[in-house]
Amino acid sequence: MSITTPRAPRLTRAPTAPSTSVRVLIVKIAALAIVDAISLYALFIVFAQRDWIVFAAIVVVTVIVNVVYFSKRFLPAKYLVPGVIFLVMFQVFIIGYTAYIAFTNYGTGHNSTREDATAALIGSSQERVEDSPAYGLTVVESLGTYSFLVTDPDGDVSIGNADNPLSPVDNATIEGKVAVGIPGYNTLNFSQIVAAQEAIAGLTVQISDDPNDGALRTPDGSSAFVYRSNLVYDEAAATMTNSTTGVVYSDTGVGAFTANNGEELLPGWKIEIGFDNFARAFGDESIRGPLFSVALWTFTFAFLSVATTFLLGLFLAVVFNDRRMRGRRVYRVMMILPYAFPAFLSALVWAGMLNRDFGFVNQVLFGGADIPWLTNEWLAKVSIILVNLWLGFPYMFLVCTGALQSIPDELQEAAVVDGATPWAVFRFIKMPLLLVSIAPLLISSFAFNFNNFNLIYMLTNGGPRDVSAGVNVGATDILISMVYKVAFVGAGRDYGLASAFSIIIFVLVGVIAAVSFRATKSLEELN
Amino acid sequence: MSGATTAAAGASTATGTRRPFRFGRWFRATGWRHGVGVVMSIFAIFPLLYVLSASLNPSGTLISANALFSIFDFGSYIELFDLPQQPYAAWYGNTLVIGITTSVCTVFLGAMAAYSFSRMRFVGRRVGLLAVLLVQMFPQLLAVVAIFLLLNGISDIFPAIGLDSQIGLIMVYLGGALGVNTYLMYGFFNTVPTSIDEAAKIDGAGHARIFFSIILRLVAPILAVVGLLSFIGTTNEFVIASIVLIEPEKQTLAVGLYQFVSDEFSKNYSIFAAGAVLAALPVMALFLYLQKYIVSGLTAGSVK
Repeated sequence: MSITTPRAPRLTRAPTAPSTSVRVLIVKIAALAIVDAISLYALFIVFAQRDWIVFAAIVVVTVIVNVVYFSKRFLPAKYLVPGVIFLVMFQVFIIGYTAYIAFTNYGTGHNSTREDATAALIGSSQERVEDSPAYGLTVVESLGTYSFLVTDPDGDVSIGNADNPLSPVDNATIEGKVAVGIPGYNTLNFSQIVAAQEAIAGLTVQISDDPNDGALRTPDGSSAFVYRSNLVYDEAAATMTNSTTGVVYSDTGVGAFTANNGEELLPGWKIEIGFDNFARAFGDESIRGPLFSVALWTFTFAFLSVATTFLLGLFLAVVFNDRRMRGRRVYRVMMILPYAFPAFLSALVWAGMLNRDFGFVNQVLFGGADIPWLTNEWLAKVSIILVNLWLGFPYMFLVCTGALQSIPDELQEAAVVDGATPWAVFRFIKMPLLLVSIAPLLISSFAFNFNNFNLIYMLTNGGPRDVSAGVNVGATDILISMVYKVAFVGAGRDYGLASAFSIIIFVLVGVIAAVSFRATKSLEELN
Repeated sequence: MSGATTAAAGASTATGTRRPFRFGRWFRATGWRHGVGVVMSIFAIFPLLYVLSASLNPSGTLISANALFSIFDFGSYIELFDLPQQPYAAWYGNTLVIGITTSVCTVFLGAMAAYSFSRMRFVGRRVGLLAVLLVQMFPQLLAVVAIFLLLNGISDIFPAIGLDSQIGLIMVYLGGALGVNTYLMYGFFNTVPTSIDEAAKIDGAGHARIFFSIILRLVAPILAVVGLLSFIGTTNEFVIASIVLIEPEKQTLAVGLYQFVSDEFSKNYSIFAAGAVLAALPVMALFLYLQKYIVSGLTAGSVK
């Protein structure tokens, strides 16, 4: 309000306004120039890779940004666009992408296209062709990529690398009868070859576009030999034939070359498999069982977490909400400490304290007892609830204290005058008012604990493991830690199945969200 | 306030004139509260003392950590920085860099969005606010598989922001910038009277000037709260960081310390404890320093 008073002086300063707006304009143009330069650079790279969807996405985003910031209109958009871009890409898009992955067989052995799988299969089964001629070889490097500059036995020179098959060149420097250099590439000397030994030994350069022609590899960095696969790829029939055994593997639509007896050649490739992952999740007994028990435990855990922390927090808030009590601040700081301590560390510290053989709880508190706190199915669940109580009660204590203090004193004074007992005051006046303000926090606390990955994973690692389950899952795993384990822990990663589990969680969370929004609305009407 | 007293302690507190001290009466009024306080304080603080004591006991194993505060020696803190396989100093630096960058950008993006929601009226404003509320129900870690595969795809095109890149990780975190934060800030922005904006507008200030030089200053407390909560959240984040950051040199404390301690739990407990103490110090210090604001932020979040 007070800003309106010095209006006259401001008006006299009006002539300076244009210069500031020019400065702002320059900053704006500079910032947009940087954005445009980056996206142009990105467009070049994407264009080279022929990735048209990404190309279109970058074009659209760049155009939107430029239009929004150059035009005088779209004022709200100027403030919303940056956040929304990140939101759309890393929050909205990934949800859709999860749904897509749930309908594929994406995972170990199925993570690329059929072309890549074909090349990988041929590459991994290569053997040196007996008594093939030696090619003169010079290893050259350009922009960090190694290439083979080869002189074939007839004296023709060509160059190729891991991604590009050999193509003839005519501007190479010839020394003796072997090409030793070519413009645009650095020739590696002996010590450089030794330094990059592994990369060079692993390099295979196809002789032509047809993988069946074989590829060049080098054992020593100075001569190359033809390697050919014992798998022969027939592009027209899309089959793979093992030339030693004669077995024909064909693409039967399961995402891998499959022989008649069902034997699969891995790696295969990614295909869309419809509802197979969901059918597995709900149909396969070895997965359905664990999935249901994990879901049940997730709900139990989230509910008990909220209930225990809330009750303890509320109790403490009531106990310490007394002005006559001294030292309340000290207690308060002490009790906030667990909340201030990073949660992932708390779980790890408790995991140490609850260790069966060496932990403090067994060794000192229970005098050397042998209690399997984290390794027994039921005790592990109890331990998790207890540790979560330690982690969570300070939060509930804080918010309950705040809520209690915001209840006007007159209300209870009136009630006391009317003859209400203290318990009645608490039960019928304070509690309902408290719940109105705390209920939304209880729901978000429930939602948080529903996905409280850190606690579970760091304290028990989801264990003890359920050995009968068809997936890597344990007695204390919650849904999100199950997703993580199926997707990222162990040798067989199954992104498709994990995403199907994720979709199940999305649906559950959506239901909780819908119900809770209704519940809180009705609670607010109380007020 | 006194009502809570009566509620919990009973109506036995008809105090007034000075009376001689009697233990029974004192105990019924406030003494038992001290009893509860002491028990809860021990429960709350004990694990922290335990880890502090373990960190000061360089002989190292889990079992020797049970003798609380028998030795005072900073050996583990020195050893912590000499581990050949575990670059603790790098983890620490990474955590700070990622945490600070993420929280600063989150505050900025969130404040801009909150400003437009609070001060402008446009088509889709209500839907936008609802969407922001809805989005926070679906945390990013639910889509961790898709995040991994998306970054994997990005690395084929732009390795600098793909897998194993801290910039990529920060970008993923910024996807959550317009969630609960915006809602928190929106509520606070609404408490700043619009007459201030209008006055500035009459004086010739543009929307950007109002935002940067007036509003942002007036809402500084909520910016601090959101920034701190975002920093703490990022520091604690394990799931996404563990799949995005691969090289040990690039990892954060959460990922690094977890792997360190799960590899050799009972063996190097003292070193882990030292690492934990150092990791927790800045967060705890900040938290206690800004306690008042955080508590108000926590309650304001949903209470409106």
